[in-house]
Amino acid sequence: MYVAVKGGERAIENAHAWLAEERRGDPSVPELSVAQIRTQMALAVNRVMAEGSLYDPDLAALAIKQARGDLIEAVFLIRAYRTTLPRFGASRPVETGDMRCDRRISATFKDAPGGQVLGPTFDYTHRLLDFKLAAEGEVPPAPQSETQAGPVPHITDFLNRDGLIQTEERSDEAPPDLTRQPLEFPANRALRLQALTRGDEGFVLGLAYSTQRGYARNHAFVGELRIGRVTVEMEVPELGFAIAIGEVELTECETVNQFAGSKTEPAQFTRGYGLVFGQTERKAISMALVDRALRWRELGEDNLGAPAQDEEFVLSHCDNIQATGFLEHIKLPHYVDFQSELELVRRLRAEAQAAREAAE
Amino acid sequence: MSDYNFAYLDEQTKRMIRRAILKALAVPGYQVPFASREMPMPYGWGTGGVQVSAACLVPEDRLKVIDQGADDTTNAVSIRRFFERTAGVATTGRTAEATLIQTRHRIPEEPLTRDQILVYQVPIPEPLRFLEPRETETRKMHSLEEYGLVHVKLYEDIARHGQIATSYAYPVKVEGRYVMDPSPIPKFDNPKLESAAVQLFGAGREQRIYALPPHCKVVSLDFEDHPFEATKADHACDLCGSGTSYLDEVIVDDAGGRMFVCSDTDYCEGRRDAGHRGRLAAINQEDAA
Repeated sequence: MYVAVKGGERAIENAHAWLAEERRGDPSVPELSVAQIRTQMALAVNRVMAEGSLYDPDLAALAIKQARGDLIEAVFLIRAYRTTLPRFGASRPVETGDMRCDRRISATFKDAPGGQVLGPTFDYTHRLLDFKLAAEGEVPPAPQSETQAGPVPHITDFLNRDGLIQTEERSDEAPPDLTRQPLEFPANRALRLQALTRGDEGFVLGLAYSTQRGYARNHAFVGELRIGRVTVEMEVPELGFAIAIGEVELTECETVNQFAGSKTEPAQFTRGYGLVFGQTERKAISMALVDRALRWRELGEDNLGAPAQDEEFVLSHCDNIQATGFLEHIKLPHYVDFQSELELVRRLRAEAQAAREAAE
Repeated sequence: MSDYNFAYLDEQTKRMIRRAILKALAVPGYQVPFASREMPMPYGWGTGGVQVSAACLVPEDRLKVIDQGADDTTNAVSIRRFFERTAGVATTGRTAEATLIQTRHRIPEEPLTRDQILVYQVPIPEPLRFLEPRETETRKMHSLEEYGLVHVKLYEDIARHGQIATSYAYPVKVEGRYVMDPSPIPKFDNPKLESAAVQLFGAGREQRIYALPPHCKVVSLDFEDHPFEATKADHACDLCGSGTSYLDEVIVDDAGGRMFVCSDTDYCEGRRDAGHRGRLAAINQEDAA
């Protein structure tokens, strides 16, 4: 008769056992290996690394396996693991001008020093289901060519030489760490970029899209989008110089945006910037657009009240781990609160009823 | 679990949280920002409370965890197990035996003592949040003690419904200064906020800690002609017969039958052990047997 949620302990254990069984799926089908996920689901792995803020393809692949392919759940696993890691120090800023590019395109110039490299992109594929893949996935090797030696200059630098694009102020100020200090407003640009690069791809995409549709439109061109590997260097105090400790794959997007100028300032292009772990170009472009929209104050633009211009709105809601946690927590028991609402509604209804009867 | 530090968090993180707790105790009701960590349970599941508990726990502690007043609701079980695994502390269901109690949505019926710490899980720490969504604005309102908006909201309730239509997370004023959200406890529990125990509030996702030191003055907001009233279901507990405890309403059949039972399971069991019986106690005992 008394049916409140009892026996929570056993219920949890059984739920976990069932979950493990469901994760494995049909045992007659071979199990996925972490290496398979890492190499064949690479874009999912990249997203988990980017939003999990941890560059480790093996762990990201493991998280995807454990999360049954739920990428936000996988991001969560990575984040929870990441917080437990000790901090040795910080790397030097990576030099994206020295990137070994797999892909490098500019929408603003037909050609540029360093050339346009399409790389492994979906862009010009026809989205027709390839039923051959259902049977076998073997492909002939792609044609190869010599890689270009030497640094690949940033396209926005060419504009900068002529003073046509706004110059970013150089700063040696240590950027704040979103994961070690509470988020407080106003946030500087470094902190905003940090929040955006680990922000939810869908949320950042939606905001970026809203700017294109007129909610704080800033008319962005992709000045350059590049994907490739950069060397990570760290200064070791005992040595007194920087050593390479590894490399990471990054996607960098620089947008060139319209700017009318003012009475005192001549017309000049402005910039938005996106930098994300792995091959994640949808996210990097979105990030650059939102970054640009958030810079309205610094660039002397009007606040149009658009969501993408609102730093507090964007930064407070872009983290999918916070969002999904708070959203999903409403399925936890709330019967105490609900009971108090129930009492209140009954009382209000009883009073209204009494008032109506008294009036009749 | 030897891979993790005692009570999961590393000592540096605990120190950071303890400093926030001390600041919170020094300025009762003020929301102290802290660098909340990502915990191995989701935001919304009590990550703030868990971090505060982790920072307070010592090996000698005896921990009690309740959700909706009960020790055996799933999330209370989960959090208790988390600390059993990571801290190895003793646990208990008995309010009087616990040195640290982590709670969600309730304050135990039994008065707490000076030797106890009550840790609340807080979803939205800002009492002004649903009146003003911007943190930059609400922080300004707190510093200027600009609380008119809350009173307007309560007044509008009275104008529309004839009474204040806030039944849980009912705002309080602490030591005549800060307006504070007591977390979503039913307003029935508000008088218990003046307590001999240390009360700590942790909001993980929102990165805030606040506190009520022992015997701190806590006043539920109201008007002279509409005084605050701690309400509950107008019944007695069907198991232990208590007429003064907060009750859960449980639907027992398809025909609209219902029973009322104490939400505080330990309180209810204690009374039944002492021989108190409610309307349906006998039937329930048969079921349980």
